[in-house]
Amino acid sequence: MQAKGRVFKYGDNIDTDVIIPARYLNATEGTELAKHCMEDIDKEFIHKVKKGDIIVGQKNFGCGSSREHAPLAIKCAGVSCVIAETFARIFYRNAINIGMPIIECPEAARSIEDGDEVEIDFDSGMIHNVTKNESYKGQAFPPFMQKIISAGGLIHYING
Amino acid sequence: MGMTMTQKILAAHAGFDKVEAGQLIEANLDMVLGNDITSPVAINEMKKMKNQTVFDKEKIALVMDHFIPNKDIKSAENCKCCRDFAREHEIVNYFDVGEMGIEHALLPEKGLVVAGDVVIGADSHTCTYGALGAFSTGGGSTDMAAAMATGKIWFKVPSALKFVLTGKPSKWVSGKDIILHIIGLIGVDGALYRSMEFVGDGIRHLSMDDRFTICNMAIEAGGKNGIFPVDEKAIAYMKEHADKPYQVYEADADAEYDAEYTIDLSTLKPTVAFPHLPENTKEVGSFGEVKIDQVVIGSCTNGRIQDIRQAAEIMKGRKVAKDVRCIVIPATQAIYLQAMREGLLEIFIEAGAVVSTPTCGPCLGGYMGILAAGERCVSTTNRNFVGRMGHVDSEVYLASPAVAAASAVTGMISCPCELGL
Ligand code: SF4
Repeated sequence: MQAKGRVFKYGDNIDTDVIIPARYLNATEGTELAKHCMEDIDKEFIHKVKKGDIIVGQKNFGCGSSREHAPLAIKCAGVSCVIAETFARIFYRNAINIGMPIIECPEAARSIEDGDEVEIDFDSGMIHNVTKNESYKGQAFPPFMQKIISAGGLIHYING
Repeated sequence: MGMTMTQKILAAHAGFDKVEAGQLIEANLDMVLGNDITSPVAINEMKKMKNQTVFDKEKIALVMDHFIPNKDIKSAENCKCCRDFAREHEIVNYFDVGEMGIEHALLPEKGLVVAGDVVIGADSHTCTYGALGAFSTGGGSTDMAAAMATGKIWFKVPSALKFVLTGKPSKWVSGKDIILHIIGLIGVDGALYRSMEFVGDGIRHLSMDDRFTICNMAIEAGGKNGIFPVDEKAIAYMKEHADKPYQVYEADADAEYDAEYTIDLSTLKPTVAFPHLPENTKEVGSFGEVKIDQVVIGSCTNGRIQDIRQAAEIMKGRKVAKDVRCIVIPATQAIYLQAMREGLLEIFIEAGAVVSTPTCGPCLGGYMGILAAGERCVSTTNRNFVGRMGHVDSEVYLASPAVAAASAVTGMISCPCELGL
């Protein structure tokens, strides 16, 4: 599994309330949620993001509520992967469970800049910054999580 | 090397004698929880599954609490989706308008969670039940769907932080001040992926309501769960509320912790978290005048009877300041009724506050007290993120019910001691 795209970079503690504000939580469809993704922190995001793009956060990305609407909004906005120094634990679970790849890599989170072009290999956890010609070693997914992600999420995984 | 209390509960539910931090396990569940926001997503996910039957119709709780009585057409449709699902699958523990309450106050009150249980909820504050000596943690809607269908869920066994609480807290220091102090100490990711185990002689001074508040906010330090040992108070609570048998687990003497903190409760002061993170804590008295526009007393953190009583004690015979709106929301119907019987609701209304039917309402910026740009609110809830309670330029200050009530009276963030209490 691989991903490639341009980076949108954010800071520490990006919480689920800014990823998808509660005022939109009466919607459940990913496409509807995606329209408001990151709205409270970056109004331009949804107009600029292209399929395959990558979000880079710093510490504790996705903290706050358990709303699966958050990784879903990001996934449906076309983002192929989120890289961060650390993720909040429920966001981590939710992302895996809906088949949205995420990688913890403090070095990449620090070094990658907004607008950089980045390639990711999920099997090895290698992150390559094409713009800067640098590589960083992120955490590879344990086989069990790879199976869930490549099945397209936990439900498809359970369905076999 | 021994196991922590959390690890022991998880081992028993995964069918192992022993588990270690970092191990991926599949655990059997005693209760699966969802609310009116997360359940519809889970129900949609479940419809994609080959096996669409629920694993146990008595071990699923669906609580309508975020936007009820429904605030708009979409929230009405979400509740209807839950209601139809509950009927179709004969879900025993379905709570709608009239029987409802905020999920994390309601489940312990109804005796649906007891010591030794493993509970997953599609709501981040599911960690509240650690007060009873259960392992409970929040997940997402897909977790909930998988859990409803299979009765199992994957977990990574957490390592733990140990908090040794000693001494007796002073009069206006409650569970809220203790947990805010701890989050200020370790930060919003200080317990990331870990258990927070609370021990020490100090806990005998903490009521069950204090302990629920403390465990409720474990997630605000990034924690996977918070947990208290099971003592006489916890047993008395379960005897009063639950019929189902409980199981007491204790941490091994040689259990390993990533870090240990000793906190002398007698030295703590009423504490407030400033915008926009729960870790931005300051002791009341250590900052200048902060004028406020609104006070909210309620939520799964501080909407229990002790909280309502404490706020009423302060508001009794006093008035809400002229330019302040004060909203009191008992967390469940039973708490509302109890407060009514004790004459507490009268005290609030006479003081110029409003009292609402149980709902999450303003806590997540849903309705019933949304903030305009530039407005400040002192709230007994658990999150003060940007835009949490309304406009992105509004501010939320997290505090105990005592500080919130005193602030409603003075119109600025205040300690009850400033009112001569
Ligand atoms: S009261 Fe607030 S924190 Fe608690 S369950 Fe409701 S929305 Fe969540």
